Amino acid sequence: MKIAILINEGPYQHQATDTAFLFCKAALAKGHEIRRVFFYHDGVNNSSSLTEPPQDDRNIVQRWSKLADEHKLDLVVCVAAALRRGIKDENLAPGFRISGLGQLVEAGIEADRLVTFGD
Amino acid sequence: MLHIVNKSPLERNALDACLRVAQGGALLLTEDAVYAATRGNAAADKITAAMAGIKVYVLGPDLDARGMTDRLLEGVTSVDYGGFVDLVAEYPTNQSWL
Amino acid sequence: MSEGTVKKFMFVNRKAPYGTIYALESLEVVLISAAFDQDVSLVFMDDGVFQLKKGQQTKGIENKNFSPTYRALDGYDIEKLYVEQESLAARGLTEDDLLVDVTVMSKAEMGKLMETMDVVLSF
Repeated sequence: MKIAILINEGPYQHQATDTAFLFCKAALAKGHEIRRVFFYHDGVNNSSSLTEPPQDDRNIVQRWSKLADEHKLDLVVCVAAALRRGIKDENLAPGFRISGLGQLVEAGIEADRLVTFGD
Repeated sequence: MLHIVNKSPLERNALDACLRVAQGGALLLTEDAVYAATRGNAAADKITAAMAGIKVYVLGPDLDARGMTDRLLEGVTSVDYGGFVDLVAEYPTNQSWL
Repeated sequence: MSEGTVKKFMFVNRKAPYGTIYALESLEVVLISAAFDQDVSLVFMDDGVFQLKKGQQTKGIENKNFSPTYRALDGYDIEKLYVEQESLAARGLTEDDLLVDVTVMSKAEMGKLMETMDVVLSF
């Protein structure tokens, strides 16, 4: 089954992105396809390469980059939401790309399911 | 359809809104919403009443993280992330009550 | 995806405007969705009904007043706006307080409508 994911909250502040990540891992393990992960609202902050958590904490940004690399995931950051919050190509972590909101609607059309994680 | 709630019922109205509108199907409680399905919580009676018309699940890892596993309400099913995926696959539509 | 796929999209708005950005950014998705020729419905319930309150004056908080956009939605062929009766009543509002024509429905009708959707997006 093709599943699309919408993430509306940033890393660390809310558990939403942790839940989304663990959901994606479980879905991939079951053989589902993650059609696209779309980052919106403060969710765009999940893509900042400037993120530096303490050594003993999970690195949420790198974790997404790694999962994208391993499974060829399409991680899309909303351009309007990103520019509002200081996310640009120069500080975009590997595996993410910046694009328009149409990518979210398109994912909703193309995927069998769309699951939203937020606050 | 599958309803997903992730907020404590004592902090926000997401659970109330969901239960007011939901027409059966399944309810999955995640993150801080798992407190709603624990014995002694002020929202526990609502969950028990809702179970007449809707199947109620909690995300087990969230219950464990909060030290509430031994207080899970009778009749509520605990699932892991794989079980969450299965619920999404089982129901054609899902709604996250943010 | 086959060309011309039309899905039923529902945008559920449950948050008040200005206190957080969700209402504004939700509206941005709604406007984009119009370009995809999908079957779009907007739902306003709980504090989301405040998004449609007449007479919003935002100069004092130095925010853009985006409420006129709801009146422009029919120009994008987005005409299905639903408001839950119980949410209005709980906030001392009636249909006359709203800045755009909507269909007011009961909680049960709202729940049934939601069941008929393909994609439900909640902000």
